[in-house]
Amino acid sequence: MAVTTAERTAPVATKRKKNAFSDGQGALAAMLLAPTMLVLLLVAGIPIIMSVTESFFRTNDRIDPQTGLVQTGTNFVGFQNFTDIFAHPATVVGVYGSMDRLVNSFINTTLFTVVCVILETVLGVSMALIMAKAFRGRGLVRASILVPWAIPTIVSAMMWKLIFNTSGVANKVLGLTNNPILWLADNKYSQISIIVADVWKTAPFIGLLTLAGLQTIPAEVYEAARVDGANAWQTFVRITLPMVKPALVVAVLFRTLDTLRMFDLPYGMIGANKYSVETLSMFAYQETMQTRYGPAAAYSIILFFYIVLVAFLFVKLLGADVVGDEELKAVNAQRKRMKALHQQQAKAAGRVRTNVTSGSAAS
Amino acid sequence: MTQVATPVIAHLTPEELGALNKPHRDISWWLGRIASAAGMALIVVYCLMPFYWMVISAFRLPTMGQSTDYWPSPASFENFVGVFSPQNNFLRAIVNSLVVSVTTTVLTLVFGIIGAYALARLRFAAKGLVLSIIIGCSMFPGVTLLVPLFKLFTGTYSWFPNWLNQYQAAIIPSLSFGLPLCVWNLTAFFRQLPVELEQAAMVDGCTPGQAFRKIILPLAAPGVFTTAILTFIAVWNEFMIALTFLQSKDMKTATVALSQFTGNLGYNIPYGSIMAAGVITTIPLLILVLFFQRRIVAGLTAGGVK
Amino acid sequence: MASKNQLARLTLSVLSATALLATAACGSSSGAAGASASASTDEWSKTGPINYVQGKDTSGYVQGILDKWNALHPDQKVTLVELSESADEQRAAMIKNAESKGASNYDVLSVDVVWTAEFAANGYLAQLPSSLDTSGYLKAAVDSGTYFNKLYAFPSTSDGALLYYRKDLLDAAGLQVPKTWSDMKAACAKIKTTNPSIDCYGGQFQKYEGLTCNFAEMVNSAGGQFLSSDGKPTVNTPQAVAGVQWAVDAFKDGTIPKAALTWKEEESRKAFQDGNLVFLRNWPYVYTLAQKTDGSSKVAGKFGVAPIPGLNGPGVSTLGGHNMGISKYSQNKGTALAFLKWYNSPENQKSNTLANSSAPTWTALYTDPELTSKFAYLPVLKASIDNAQARPKAVKYGDVTLAIQDAAYNALNGTAAPKAAMDDLQTKLQALVK
Repeated sequence: MAVTTAERTAPVATKRKKNAFSDGQGALAAMLLAPTMLVLLLVAGIPIIMSVTESFFRTNDRIDPQTGLVQTGTNFVGFQNFTDIFAHPATVVGVYGSMDRLVNSFINTTLFTVVCVILETVLGVSMALIMAKAFRGRGLVRASILVPWAIPTIVSAMMWKLIFNTSGVANKVLGLTNNPILWLADNKYSQISIIVADVWKTAPFIGLLTLAGLQTIPAEVYEAARVDGANAWQTFVRITLPMVKPALVVAVLFRTLDTLRMFDLPYGMIGANKYSVETLSMFAYQETMQTRYGPAAAYSIILFFYIVLVAFLFVKLLGADVVGDEELKAVNAQRKRMKALHQQQAKAAGRVRTNVTSGSAAS
Repeated sequence: MTQVATPVIAHLTPEELGALNKPHRDISWWLGRIASAAGMALIVVYCLMPFYWMVISAFRLPTMGQSTDYWPSPASFENFVGVFSPQNNFLRAIVNSLVVSVTTTVLTLVFGIIGAYALARLRFAAKGLVLSIIIGCSMFPGVTLLVPLFKLFTGTYSWFPNWLNQYQAAIIPSLSFGLPLCVWNLTAFFRQLPVELEQAAMVDGCTPGQAFRKIILPLAAPGVFTTAILTFIAVWNEFMIALTFLQSKDMKTATVALSQFTGNLGYNIPYGSIMAAGVITTIPLLILVLFFQRRIVAGLTAGGVK
Repeated sequence: MASKNQLARLTLSVLSATALLATAACGSSSGAAGASASASTDEWSKTGPINYVQGKDTSGYVQGILDKWNALHPDQKVTLVELSESADEQRAAMIKNAESKGASNYDVLSVDVVWTAEFAANGYLAQLPSSLDTSGYLKAAVDSGTYFNKLYAFPSTSDGALLYYRKDLLDAAGLQVPKTWSDMKAACAKIKTTNPSIDCYGGQFQKYEGLTCNFAEMVNSAGGQFLSSDGKPTVNTPQAVAGVQWAVDAFKDGTIPKAALTWKEEESRKAFQDGNLVFLRNWPYVYTLAQKTDGSSKVAGKFGVAPIPGLNGPGVSTLGGHNMGISKYSQNKGTALAFLKWYNSPENQKSNTLANSSAPTWTALYTDPELTSKFAYLPVLKASIDNAQARPKAVKYGDVTLAIQDAAYNALNGTAAPKAAMDDLQTKLQALVK
């Protein structure tokens, strides 16, 4: 199959010859990418295929009444692992009242992602702005900002557990020793403690990426803005934000994808089976712990599609330039132009939407 | 490519900007300066306070791990001594962590650099597919891949060797989360280097390989360096994979070993020695980060942002 | 059935266009565990090096005793594999070993008493030969290693709950050690007149296995039972609900501090050691730590131990402890069996108790003068274990305990009324325990 596509595209490639290595690129590319693709096939590809297969099976659990032994092996159940989510909900009581456990963990995942990523972005950007303005001691700040990020998650989970202990220092600082908040129980406060710990760990990372973006903005742009009499807010909204957007959007996208899969922090800090902080990853993991590999795989696949959807929306709505390939972009742009042309032809009076994406801004 | 042509001098660093601003030192200048200093202090406090708690918890007496005094009284090194007691085998764990992290980082870089270079420079049919596969791999929830991976790596199937308690069982899965980031970051980095560089080198008689080694690689060094540190930190901090595949006493990594510290009696959680071990595990990374913080930011600037 | 199954797998494999998968699919073909569950006699004569798997060797005692064995049996060396201290992770590692047909090379396993049914039914553990003599060991402990009247795990350590009480405060108020919950409440009321800030009673009420233990004690100590003698769930009986009601009321009126909802063993121990509790329900390990005089414990020398109280009389403890089983996939079951017998011999049980202050399963040790002089709580502990009730023996114990924890947590934090929570639990258990 690969050969035929190569043959089909070969003439096109020679026509658009533009760089030094135009000959035999397919073979060379295959050679250079082979190690990466092999590793990914081994540790992601095969397990994912095994997972997908697993999601159509279910482990036997019938017990022989004479010996008490469980029949081993698995049964093919088709899509039942997926449909059972709605057909036989496992009702649990979390923060949002009683509902299916999967739905509950889905809401938690979404809530954590939205709240954490927004807080991280706001905090991160503020940090970057402060650091960019700094005159002295920037090295110190930059170093200290990397500390939360360098601490292993498992250690930071233990650390926050110690801090948020009912008789711990968080309640002491807040003056609540007599009427303590139960941060580590299974309630809305546990959600807050998770958010605090996650934002602490990752806001600096966004700050750093934004700072990197800020430093590429040429000073004369700001000069020009000042000459034109722009105030600080206008400068921030009209210049700084658009200029750091490509870097920021990619950083936020990566953080979003990470947060959607959040596992270690709630698992280490609050623990398993706590519905107020149970994320989809944790739920799927708990199911594998109960040796229900089929349903666990089904939930992982649902989470995977959710993540893909979010990534897709990011790229579409915010113009996240993840791929960053000129060639692909050119093809897509061509496709868009054709589509726009058709639309314009369809609508007599069509408004032209000017959409400055990161791609066009960069080149 | 107009971007590259713009003279570098135009990019004033904020320090230079500050120097330019010096003449007008009015009230608002001073206010701004105070606000900025306050802001910086706030950031430092925000980032370091929880870490401070970890450090002082480590310096308490082992039996006072859960104390809430703001200062350890009496201060003690006992936890640090305890971490290195032969029973914990922590020194060996640090060596294991080093082996796994260094090997993974080197392999990630080698694979990532050549892969990223192919993606940035070569034109081939399946590029979109390859990129989506690489990025897609990092979207599958990792914890659930551990079960099939465990079956695969532990000799369940006759066509695959048993890798339990061998370094590669932790190294190869760790590659899978280092590689997408590495490829993504370096592809962006290579792409912003003008292709004319290689063309010029080849006109001068370099082979494509030489052009890559002598021209492109040195120019990409900041990006490679940042990626290396990011990967190293990610692998050093990794927990679930190491927990699953490196089980025997002599193969455990530092994060796994410290999570398994126990007191002398069951149920007893030695917060003190866990925090001490946490400090010890974090210190190499802190040194790395403190030493190279300028370079890390520089690498990010050049790579992700373009 | 099996062929249809494999056909479906094969079809999928072809769809996935991966030749490897076909082999993968065949790796887990169907079959009954029953056929090969009991090992043949010559399997029990194979000797050679083995691995012994348990949680952390906290005191270093186990390595010492293994060194002793290895010196005696140089060609049948035993290697210690230490897993995480977390029970969930230990269980997961042992299941992984079994599902990969012994890939981790685990031979002798230290299994929690509540895992016996699951491990035995799924064929993770080999049925122990009937020649193994269990007389002289605690009956409750032997029973916890038994599944369908067959021994799968040999009693190694036991555990029972103790009531730690502030002797100084009770003496000062001229009170006896309470035997019932209402006595305990009354005692607290009297003590609080002079110590207004002290809390009354603490236990482990965070949502984890400890909650199952504490909750089971509430139910059992009020005359209720999780399962009837024929194994049917009976959790919504009036007696069981009365026990739950007491716990709910105790949280409401502050007898148990709200903070206890976040407590595991360690947090509750800290509260007691800091002098914030009059009564604490905990395991024997607290005794040694709370007696420490290095400043970490404010109650050293001021407390005593007693059996836990109940609704109308002495309470019923939950049975804890670990048993020793042999992996079905062990290659050297002969050595494994010899090691298992040796490790749990009376003299080794004694040295284990001395080193780890664990609860032995060899009955005579509870009256051993050397031990009782070192561990004054031993007679009380014996009484606690003799009277103890095991948690439900279920193949799906993970689901059972989670259902119990859900019901307990919902009742205790006021989300559900006690009766409603127990009715819900009854329905769930009926589906899980068949």
